[in-house]
Amino acid sequence: MKRAKTYAGTLTVVAAMAATTAFADADDDQLVVNGEIEMVTEAAAPEHLEYVDTVYSGWRFRSDETQAFQMDDFDNPAMIFVEKASEDWNKPEGTEGKACASCHEDVENLKGVRAVYPKWNESAGEVRTLEMQINDCRENQMGAEPLKYTGGDMAAMVGLLSSVSRGMPISVAIDGPAQETWEQGKEIYYTRYGQLELSCANCHEDNYGNMIRADHLSQGQINGFPTYRLKNTKLNSVHARFKGCVRDTRAHTFKPGSPEFIALELYVASRGNGLSVEGPSVRN
Amino acid sequence: MKRAFGGAAVLAVCAAMTQASETKPTEVVFEDGAVAQSLTGVAGDVASGEKIMNKGAGNCIACHEVSALNMLPFHGEVGPMLDGVADRWTEAELRGIVANAKMMFDETVMPSFYKTEGFIRLGNAYSGKAHEGDVEPLLSAQQIEDVVAYLMTLKEE
Ligand code: HEC
Ligand code: HEC
Repeated sequence: MKRAKTYAGTLTVVAAMAATTAFADADDDQLVVNGEIEMVTEAAAPEHLEYVDTVYSGWRFRSDETQAFQMDDFDNPAMIFVEKASEDWNKPEGTEGKACASCHEDVENLKGVRAVYPKWNESAGEVRTLEMQINDCRENQMGAEPLKYTGGDMAAMVGLLSSVSRGMPISVAIDGPAQETWEQGKEIYYTRYGQLELSCANCHEDNYGNMIRADHLSQGQINGFPTYRLKNTKLNSVHARFKGCVRDTRAHTFKPGSPEFIALELYVASRGNGLSVEGPSVRN
Repeated sequence: MKRAFGGAAVLAVCAAMTQASETKPTEVVFEDGAVAQSLTGVAGDVASGEKIMNKGAGNCIACHEVSALNMLPFHGEVGPMLDGVADRWTEAELRGIVANAKMMFDETVMPSFYKTEGFIRLGNAYSGKAHEGDVEPLLSAQQIEDVVAYLMTLKEE
């Protein structure tokens, strides 16, 4: 019985290696957007990563056809939503009669912001996602209603802010006051939820590069968010994607905007430190 | 040695059983990851097992490639290819692997198909909502037997 087990174990290893060489990880394509923004889609893993040497953008795992959509803004369907958000940027709303532009003027002034979120907010004493910061401005500066966390208007505004940071390296801080939240996110990342008992790591760390049914598993990076998905033809936010992945393990999901997903977002973002901000990206 | 002894025990148990009775998920006896006794006492149905490999709660080919099922699209690569799996494992071992692979392979990503306890944030199927009430295993006792019967047909030697 012992012998049989060892033998099959060896076969398993051989089969796994064969699979890895056949579909090996990411492809070798280079991403340059609009012929000018050179994206880093592969980087040495940040020091805190224990089991991965190289991090890859999800773009490197998509088919050539899907990849092409993201190489030029005229072909990128997400840009229609970004344009709509640029109108919202200038539109006064709420009791103060102010627009985003009233305080920040040109959106280019917020270049670099996407790259460092989620981020510790000293006065609030909490880690904030970009969505939370946008709603804080709406509620406390504009006197406007908060946007729905994973709604279309919010995803579009995050898409606009991402677009002006494209090509900059993701560099979220994980030490100091953010560390506790980061640790919590890390724990969630490695917890095997649901009836299928699968963690984020089971799919995106242990099996990136492998096919799971018809899907080519990536590292589950979030540098490309929000993403326009050809599957649902809209912009998808980070927490909506997290929710979908947790649901697929037959688990009770966390809510978008919940402390758990905020912590998870900080942790997952930090796994991509060094990759370029790519949002809004295109995925299948 | 152990194997011969286990085999004899199975025969004795089968003989003693006068009618089919189902072993509950919490009562399955694993020995070195294997489950010697049929979960139902009813022989597995190969055709039904083949269906479970593809669709529904089984969905084995999401992770495994099986050449005999090449007419179905999209086989995964997360687990090893299952061709010739019956040459590598005994029926009892295959039953153990399908019922709860974690008993054979520590920490494996393969889900436990005949298990009802110990889940974290168990959901109500794929709804994302919390589960309420009794927990059904991913596959029923007879479905496990059917899948094992199908796996036993995957011989190369
Ligand atoms: C059962 C397997 C599975 C599990 C478990 C899983 N995912 Fe995914 N995930 C997928 C698949 C399949 C895709 C689509 C292909 C891809 O981009 O990897 C995906 C995509 C993603 C993406 C989009 C990547 C991109 O570039 O657009 C993110 C982000 C992500 N997952 C994060 C997570 C996180 C965080 C967890 C845990 C809370 C998780 N996933 C758990 C299967 C899984
Ligand atoms: C989420 C992925 C996944 C699913 C779904 C899955 N398996 Fe597996 N399976 C694995 C992995 C990974 C292994 C290798 C064991 C290990 O972790 O070392 C494995 C191992 C096996 C083995 C041993 C193979 C060998 O050659 O040693 C058998 C048999 C098997 N699985 C059958 C099934 C059947 C039948 C189903 C469906 C009822 C199924 N698996 C569903 C991932 C999966």
